[in-house]
Amino acid sequence: MSSAASHAHAATAAAPRAPILDEVAPAHLPRATLVESDRSMGWVTDKICGIIEGKTPRWWWLLFAISCCVASFTVAGITYLVATGVGVWGHANPVNWAWDIVNFVFWIGIGHAGTLISAILCLLRQKWRTSINRAAEAMTIFAVVCAAIFPVFHIGRVWFAWFLFPLPNYNDIWQNYRSPLEWDVFAVSTYGTVSVLFWYVGLIPDLAILRDRFLAAGNKLRAWLYGFFAMGWRGSNRHWSNYEMAYLILAGISTPLVLSVHTIVSFDFAVSLLPGWHTTIFPPYFVAGAIFSGFGMVLTLMLPLRAIYGMQDLITQYHIDCMCKIVLATGTIVGYAYGMEFFIAWYGANPNEGFAFINRAFGHYAWAYWWMIGCNVITPQFFWFKAVRNNTTMVWVLSLFVNVGMWFERFVIIVTSLARDFLPSSWGYYSPSIVEIFTFFGTFGVFGVLFLLFIRFLPVMPMAEIKSVMPQSDPHAGHDGDHGHALAAHARH
Amino acid sequence: MSEQPYGLIATFDTAAGLYHAAEQVRDAGYKNWDCITPCPVHGLDGAMGLGRSRVPRISLCGGLIGFTTGMSLIYWSGAVNYPLIVGGKPLFSPMFAFPVSYELTILFTAFATIIGMFVLNRLPRHYHPVLKDDVILRGLDDKFLIVIETRDPSFDAIHTRALLENIGGTDIKELEA
Repeated sequence: MSSAASHAHAATAAAPRAPILDEVAPAHLPRATLVESDRSMGWVTDKICGIIEGKTPRWWWLLFAISCCVASFTVAGITYLVATGVGVWGHANPVNWAWDIVNFVFWIGIGHAGTLISAILCLLRQKWRTSINRAAEAMTIFAVVCAAIFPVFHIGRVWFAWFLFPLPNYNDIWQNYRSPLEWDVFAVSTYGTVSVLFWYVGLIPDLAILRDRFLAAGNKLRAWLYGFFAMGWRGSNRHWSNYEMAYLILAGISTPLVLSVHTIVSFDFAVSLLPGWHTTIFPPYFVAGAIFSGFGMVLTLMLPLRAIYGMQDLITQYHIDCMCKIVLATGTIVGYAYGMEFFIAWYGANPNEGFAFINRAFGHYAWAYWWMIGCNVITPQFFWFKAVRNNTTMVWVLSLFVNVGMWFERFVIIVTSLARDFLPSSWGYYSPSIVEIFTFFGTFGVFGVLFLLFIRFLPVMPMAEIKSVMPQSDPHAGHDGDHGHALAAHARH
Repeated sequence: MSEQPYGLIATFDTAAGLYHAAEQVRDAGYKNWDCITPCPVHGLDGAMGLGRSRVPRISLCGGLIGFTTGMSLIYWSGAVNYPLIVGGKPLFSPMFAFPVSYELTILFTAFATIIGMFVLNRLPRHYHPVLKDDVILRGLDDKFLIVIETRDPSFDAIHTRALLENIGGTDIKELEA
């Protein structure tokens, strides 16, 4: 009966459909322009290759020198640690995990925006990702490098770091695969490797352009170097066909990868029994926080880059808008998670859990907690306003607060829970030692050195991908009226 | 053999021009020919008559090997090679072995995908007739090229050149082998 009725209903509903479609033309919805000022493909090539081919700017040397100095703090801190022992860090019972894990989670989280942009936005066909994905992926790789420093040196005798991997050793014993820490070894090393591979695959067509341009300019050495890594790429469509498929698959596997990495990082805490850590909300909350902090870092890096190199036509206001909205969305999810943790601590009626949360907000570390709330919950709310999103300086300053806030989040989670655990007799208060502060401060230099080398020697934007979202690469552009003809007329501006 | 050029190359200014030209080269029955584009052009695979890429099959194999490696590594090391009871838990369970196997699935899939892409593309190949000519500089930049190889059975120096001219190709020249 119901199927007959629905058929009759469908027939009556379908009958008037045809005339309406005849009368009403489909709405012409304008799409946001991804490359402004009607630039040509040749302009994109010249602009991005020009950064590498031009003379090294003075500001680059200045920043490079500063970054090297800052990075030396990490080198000094680590050298002292290796020569002396882990005791030079401020950890002591009950806080045996502190800045090292805070910094590890902080840097890994920053990396996640790069993978989000390159993988998840690729699957969602968000074409605005093209101009920022190369730099964001570079950020991911360098952030993973900075992150890896902390757990590797926290193990103490760093020359035994290979015990983390299933390699036969003279103890004849294998790793404990029941431990989330061992899962983390696999998650982070896979994440680092796949990020490098994904980044490299994206670079191949651009390296080929640089190879040919340096060859034409007579710079044989650089042509050889870029050519070596370009693998003989020649833009063949038979190659593009496989390449596009490979890229799609890499995006498809990087998406569950990035979600799993921060899920497993959160398992390091959630699988333990410590109040404040042992919560099921951790995986999604950590992933949202990672994306939040990562986009904060992308904005922090890309806005100066855009200003210095005059890339307003490639990173448009639309791009900044999109990123601000993602920061707003993920920041609000993080704020919701903070509220939900409190609710569950009360609703769960576990006195230890309840105490852990009251203690976070009003205990010895309350200052850190309110820094976290201020930076992570209040800061992103400014992005509701278009005037704020349009103000590049304001966006940049707010993005710094996001970075700071997310560091405090990890500090609050890790240190407050450990400092006030089950037995009041073992309670303590943790402060970092100078060696820890040096080591962490220096990682910004390590990151800076790597990022500066990247913008000097590699194309900061994926030229081929940007061209593929330009109207010039659309084989049906001519059908749309006059702009198809106008495009071919442009030379190289 | 050394006398024979590699093929004929023609330049097109627009993606639309290349797209329609590719359809006609395909319909003329050529097999050993190619389009050179600065970026992937949507729908060009169909216009060239190319099938679906076979990279996913290689990726799938990589993923299966990765998952099996993870599971068997954990089973063999924990339950066979050195059985050790930790926390009263079973020696092996697919539950705790899953996260590591999952990561290895992704790791092996990534390697298989990239290696598969290179193998199917016959890359790396640093010397190629197309790369010898200066025309590649624009072909990776903002022009669109079609190359028809002399080894194609339908290739004929005069007719093929005429075809390339008819479909809108400019700057047609021979590529030395």
